[in-house]
Parts: sequence; C-alpha cells; structure tokens
Amino acid sequence: MRSLVAAFIAGLLFGIGLYVAQMINPEKVLAFLDISGRWDPSLALVMGAAVGVTTLGFPMVFRRGKPLWEASFSLPTYHDIDRPLLLGATLFGIGWGMAGYCPGPAIAALLINPAEAVPFVLAMLLGARVQSRQSHR
Amino acid sequence: MTTFTPYSAILGGLLIGLSALLLLLSIGRIAGITGIVFGLFPRAPAEWGWRLAFLAGLLLGTMLMLPVDILAFAPRQGFPLWALLCAGFLVGYGTRLGNGCTSGHGVCGLGRRAPRSLAATLTFMTVAMATVLLMRHMLGVLP
Repeated sequence: MRSLVAAFIAGLLFGIGLYVAQMINPEKVLAFLDISGRWDPSLALVMGAAVGVTTLGFPMVFRRGKPLWEASFSLPTYHDIDRPLLLGATLFGIGWGMAGYCPGPAIAALLINPAEAVPFVLAMLLGARVQSRQSHR
Repeated sequence: MTTFTPYSAILGGLLIGLSALLLLLSIGRIAGITGIVFGLFPRAPAEWGWRLAFLAGLLLGTMLMLPVDILAFAPRQGFPLWALLCAGFLVGYGTRLGNGCTSGHGVCGLGRRAPRSLAATLTFMTVAMATVLLMRHMLGVLP
C-alpha cells in the first residue's frame, strides 16, 4: 500500500512539475526546439533543474544499497549504444519535433486538451504495439 | 510564440527531479513515462499497481493546477490531426525501440550517468530541432 502511495505522490509531483514548467503546452516545447526565431530556452532549464536533482540525489539513494520498500532496484540492464537505440531516438525526435508532445506531457494533457492528446496518445500506443510485434517476431 | 520563463521552468524541473528521486528511493523504479506506460501492456500483471498509481497522480497533478491557473494556459487549437497521429505513432514506435523518452533517458538516465541515455538524449534533442526547422520553416507544412 505504501508503495502505491509513493508512486501516486511521485506521479502527482511529476504532473504538477510539468504544469508549472508549462511543458504540457506544446507551443512552449516547440518554442525551445525552434532555434531559428526567437528562441525560448525554458525547456533547457526544466531539464537542467530536473537532472540536477537526479544527479545529486540518485548516488545518495544508490548508496543505501536498496530502496525503502522493495528488495532491490529495478534498473535497465542493457548498456550498449546500438542501432535500435539511435534509430528509436531519431524516430522519437521526429515525432516530438512535429507536434511538441513527448509521452509525459501528452498523457498529462489528456484531460486538459483531449482534442489533441487523445489522438496523439492512441497513435503512440499503436506505434509502441507495432514495434513490440515486430521485435517479437 | 512564447517567452522565456526561467523561474517557473526551474521550479517545475525541480519538482520533476524530486518525483524521479522519490520513485527510486521508495520502490527502486525509474520514472520513465514510456517504461511505465508500455509496461502496462505485456506480461507481468503484478506490476500494474504502482504504474497505475503513478499515472493517476500524473493526471490528477495537472488537474489540480487548473483552478490555480497561474499560467492562463490556453490549449492549442487547429493543429492538424494528421500531424498529431503521425507524431504520436513515431513517438510510440521510437521510444519503444529506443527504450525511453525525455524522462527515462533524459531526467533519470543522465542522473545515473548512463552513456546510453546521453547518446539517446543528444540524438532526440538534435533531431527534434532539425524537424522543427524542416517542417516549420523550410517546408512550412506545420505551424
């Protein structure tokens, strides 16, 4: 139960953070990605502040050896910089640059701007489904 | 056209970082949105609880902010549906293939000092900027 509460609060913080930083506004995101005109560097500060917290905090958490309420950490075990990683990041970058939504803000926008977020998230789930079908063949 | 908002950007970023820190400290999970969402579909039904709790918090968090409305956030209108569908498909396919998005590779992966995440983050950032340049300014097909 306390694990669920922790996950819920983490989600809450994430959602409030996205809203406060205006990252659920795709026009704000595109204004960062658009380096040709009047560039809005806000997203760089959002990323910088978030990475600052994880860079300082994660090593302290890892030093404990295990999380509070689970037996061990669940971390990615794969470390190669390979073709699927770079191709995947490239395709994701194209989609992100087209609409201004990455997965977190798209989900967070489901109730706020459903006219955009609902079709985007459905297409996103379809894309993931097609990819996993291919990789399991 | 939006303006530079350094204070809200830093405050929002700190909250996102704290969210990732809380999830790692409490249950040892990486706060990567794609990992959390896509993990709902295949196998491991025992893993549903915390994923759904996180996503419920994510949705509620933004809703809670609406009445405060400090930003007077006006949802974008008139953006072409075909572009939303294409972009969504590419984001889903790409993040699944590359095992992460802005949160998993960006916020968490860089915090773990993972070279794989750094490579992914530099790639999707650069490609996204090039895409805006192409679609918005060279081809002029998207607003």
